[in-house]
Amino acid sequence: MESFLKTAFPFIAISIGIGVAFGVVMMIVAYTVLAERKILGWIQGRIGPNRVGPWGLFQPFADLFKFIFKEDLVPDKSTKFIYYLAPLVALTCALMPMIVYPFGPPINVDLAAWLPYGLGEGFTQIPLTIANLDVAVLFVLSITSVGVYGIALAGWSSNSKYSLMGGLRSSAQMISYELAMGASVIGVVMLAGTLSLTGIIDAQIHAPWWARWYIVPQFIGFCVFLIAAFAETNRVPFDLPEAETELVAGFHTEYSALKFALFFMAEYVNMFTVSVMCVTLFLGGWYIPGLDYLARQTDLVWLFGVGTVGYALISHLGFLLKIFVFLFIYIWIRGTLPRFRFDQLMNFGWKFLLPVALGNVILTVILVFLLNR
Amino acid sequence: MVNALFFILAGLAIASAISCVYHKNPLYSAISLIGVFLSLASIYLTLAAPFIAVVQILVYAGAIMVLVVFVIMLLNLDEDKPITRLRYLFPIGGALGLVLLAQTMFIFYAVTKAPQPASDAGLEVGKTMSIGTAMYTEYLLPVEIVGVLLLMAIVGAMIMSRRMREPKIELVKKAEAEEA
Repeated sequence: MESFLKTAFPFIAISIGIGVAFGVVMMIVAYTVLAERKILGWIQGRIGPNRVGPWGLFQPFADLFKFIFKEDLVPDKSTKFIYYLAPLVALTCALMPMIVYPFGPPINVDLAAWLPYGLGEGFTQIPLTIANLDVAVLFVLSITSVGVYGIALAGWSSNSKYSLMGGLRSSAQMISYELAMGASVIGVVMLAGTLSLTGIIDAQIHAPWWARWYIVPQFIGFCVFLIAAFAETNRVPFDLPEAETELVAGFHTEYSALKFALFFMAEYVNMFTVSVMCVTLFLGGWYIPGLDYLARQTDLVWLFGVGTVGYALISHLGFLLKIFVFLFIYIWIRGTLPRFRFDQLMNFGWKFLLPVALGNVILTVILVFLLNR
Repeated sequence: MVNALFFILAGLAIASAISCVYHKNPLYSAISLIGVFLSLASIYLTLAAPFIAVVQILVYAGAIMVLVVFVIMLLNLDEDKPITRLRYLFPIGGALGLVLLAQTMFIFYAVTKAPQPASDAGLEVGKTMSIGTAMYTEYLLPVEIVGVLLLMAIVGAMIMSRRMREPKIELVKKAEAEEA
């Protein structure tokens, strides 16, 4: 029993971690949807949903139950297997980057003293990330690029012209803007000298004072990344794949009930992922400048010095706050900007965004050279 | 544990490869091929080569196969095309299969005969840093050559697509002039 526990312990611990992270992310995603409806309402001079629970707080659950109990229509001439596969691919690819999110700083605890059977032997830290992957940045980019299949296959298998047009548009758009997105990340990777998200946050903590957050030396990269992120997640002003005035609902026209809900969730999880990437790469992730200094000044190192639970908690809240700012910007822009035309979108991506991102790479090369001289 | 994972993933890869070859519908074949790439990437991950794994997904599953799927979706090929025309290829395929089998056997033989490397020497091999260092020091020339080749391919593609377009515009202009 003891040896079995020892072998199984890492898997159990990681499974618990994944479960907690999944729950938290899905809750945030659910309430992003509510926040979007509320904020759009305020922007447009309406009240927004306010019937279910106080201030409409239970609206996400009402929506979920509605989706579950709705009639599930499947088009007669669709390619059934791919039609069922597509929403699963979309949501899986949206959720998978979760395992590399840096949720907070590691907590220093002597686990051996806390856990029975010597399970915690050799563990002195609880990292607040599930897998500290060496190539986390590339991992997130690659999983998002696989996510295109969900949309493209959904469009094709529905056997409807609106779906097909939406699917094609979306694949073309995502392939185009992936390049600009990847190129804008290169600058950060060069400055940090690592591809791991935890490593990038560390590099920002130990950077000179004017580069604590990479948004300062990488402002062009940040702008390109943000714009490409809007296109990658198919959000206004780049929501051509589901332009309702032209394509009914785009690639998910033929989807109903829970299968539509999966696409819907995938879109919002993607928004969350991109916000996490933005925060981690350009805004220092969970790092709040001056927090450890404050702890040392006020003799409260035991409460929120580096490595304590308090420090981790405050940093984690700061991380979430930064993400919420980005989610708000998403909603804000949806409430303000009109949609691009498709040729404008392509021209903008290839002829403006990509050259700017490449120029930023060259500028960063010069900057890194000057810094290391 | 790692062994079990390897057999599961290898089985997945082989199953996807077989379904890739046997499916009559080209889109199913393409999806199976993506399955092959993904399971291969997972095997690389278990072999402590995360960089290769991620690049495998990024380049093959994420970029090349998207284009393949795109083309298949746009062409909308027929599902049941007669394959009688390709009958004579079966013996050639069988012969090539035998050659491949012999090669695999030889590799097995060579690997079991080869001296085992020191266990901790390989720890850094799959990491990004070691790959980058090797690429820009030891293997600089091949990397540069590949870069130039890729640039040539890009420029070539641009020229091809441009040449296709220009005569058409002239034709349209001529037709317009004739109409007027």
